Amino acid sequence: MMKRQNAKVFTILALIVLSILVYLAQNKLDPYQIRILNLGAIYVTLGVSLNLIYGFTGQFSLGHAGFMAIGAYVTALLVLPPYYKEMIFILEPLAWPFTVIHAPFLIALLCSGLMAALAAFLIGLPVLRLKGDYLGIATLGFAEIIRVIANNLPHITNGALGIKGIPEFTNLWWTVGVAVVTIYIIKGLVHSSYGRALMAIRENEIAAEVIGINLTYHKVMSFTISAFFAGVAGGLFACLLTTIDPKAFMFIMTYNILIVLVLGGLGSITGTVIAAFLYNFLLEYLRPIEAGFQIGPIVFPAIPGLRMVTFSVVLLVLIIYKQSGLMGGFEFSWQAFFQFVNKLFTKKKPTEGSTS
Amino acid sequence: MLKVENLNVFYGGIHALKGITFEVPQAKITTLIGANGAGKSTTLRAICSLVKTKTGKIIFKEKDITSFSTDQVVKMGVAMIPEGRKIFPNLTVQENLDLGAFTRQDKEGIAKDLNWVYELFPRLKERLWQKGGTLSGGEQQMLAVARGLMSRPKLLMLDEPSLGLAPLLVQEIIEIIQKISQEGITILLVEQNAFAALKISDYAYVLETGRLVLKGSGEELLKEEKVKKAYLGE
Repeated sequence: MMKRQNAKVFTILALIVLSILVYLAQNKLDPYQIRILNLGAIYVTLGVSLNLIYGFTGQFSLGHAGFMAIGAYVTALLVLPPYYKEMIFILEPLAWPFTVIHAPFLIALLCSGLMAALAAFLIGLPVLRLKGDYLGIATLGFAEIIRVIANNLPHITNGALGIKGIPEFTNLWWTVGVAVVTIYIIKGLVHSSYGRALMAIRENEIAAEVIGINLTYHKVMSFTISAFFAGVAGGLFACLLTTIDPKAFMFIMTYNILIVLVLGGLGSITGTVIAAFLYNFLLEYLRPIEAGFQIGPIVFPAIPGLRMVTFSVVLLVLIIYKQSGLMGGFEFSWQAFFQFVNKLFTKKKPTEGSTS
Repeated sequence: MLKVENLNVFYGGIHALKGITFEVPQAKITTLIGANGAGKSTTLRAICSLVKTKTGKIIFKEKDITSFSTDQVVKMGVAMIPEGRKIFPNLTVQENLDLGAFTRQDKEGIAKDLNWVYELFPRLKERLWQKGGTLSGGEQQMLAVARGLMSRPKLLMLDEPSLGLAPLLVQEIIEIIQKISQEGITILLVEQNAFAALKISDYAYVLETGRLVLKGSGEELLKEEKVKKAYLGE
């Protein structure tokens, strides 16, 4: 049995290694590669937060793009200097409080999370009474409403023109840092009695209710926390792309997160982390197939969007053969890790003996 | 212990419970019997607030709990074992039992009750690390009852605990209910298996289309001509 303290030491060591890797990546890699890693880390945050409400609580929510949009706009409006905002809002002048407020990146991110959480709380109360597909449709509707509002509130969002020239604050320190904090908090939550209650709700709502779990409270809390991190991720996203407009937060955004979640395995944080990076790497390295290619005598013409088709096929195969995703319900722990390493060594030893 | 007064429940336009009044005395076994659709399950669901009560009063330990939410009712000391083995299939037996004590904070008491539950259901102890969904039907029912007991209830309500079980297991469940009752826990039982239920009941009520039509001790009802004809098949 691993001691708890040992596990803590290893976690700290792992974090130090991670920081060195981030430092190296930030300084040695080219901007294109850094961009992919940044997106991967943002998807970790998004995936893990969606996992809380869908994977652990079992509430099928398709509203993540909406929460991201809220977060992205809040961050954009807070980090841009007032004189610049005055300049870009050409359709209609910017509404009052935003014309004067200006906040550092960290505060902006927190505000993004809080605003998204507030929105989730308000819509969660009525909407979380729905179950299954109906909840999915309602939350999807919410995300679309947010997008349409963003399109039609030119004095706050600059309408369809979007907000341009957002300072590029987002770097690997921010994205990886936020991802680590998200994992830490959500992992802690899931392993608390609160998390147990969430899983009970996922398993069977009536049974959860009769053992004294307050369904509404737990569902709304889970939804709100999930939206908080989606909002923060939206803020990071805005300061990574430097340009946001309502079109960036269409349903496809939620769909991408959903792919990551299902690919990694519902209810597995480890799986989500792996799948988030895998997805973003593949998305980039599959680009050549869209340019057209040749296998033997067969020539494939250039088809834009073939990458997404590939993913759909991967998803189909996964759902037919391994519904539980890459990691199933498996979760990384130091204990399992060292057991695995031990096994490798005990297996190797006899072969070494036989060769000598 | 529990008093139900003039309880009316509607499902949309359907009048499911038409003003029923009954009492569940402390430390006794009380049974509701009746045909399908008579309102037995609805009564239990109304008591623990899973369905809304239109009019009427539910009084538990001298307190009006009619407007309480389900989790508040559970905290008062009412445990309900819903119909059809509603366990948590992807959680282990141990986790299922732990969740049963969700409303409690006293670690020592929980550990003590865990041992008591193992004594009542030795087979669960052998399967602690197995997932709930991999248990057999009978074992799942045992787990559902065990989980209900983990909240240390004062009143235990069981909705059709023998549903779909082999006759031998029905007997086992009935014996366990008796054992639980001997611990001083008040029991309100809903059963289709009227014969088995009446035999162990101190008090029994017969429900027919939302109305109470008969009441008496278990033995009295066993001898009652009407009950014999309608529910015991004699």
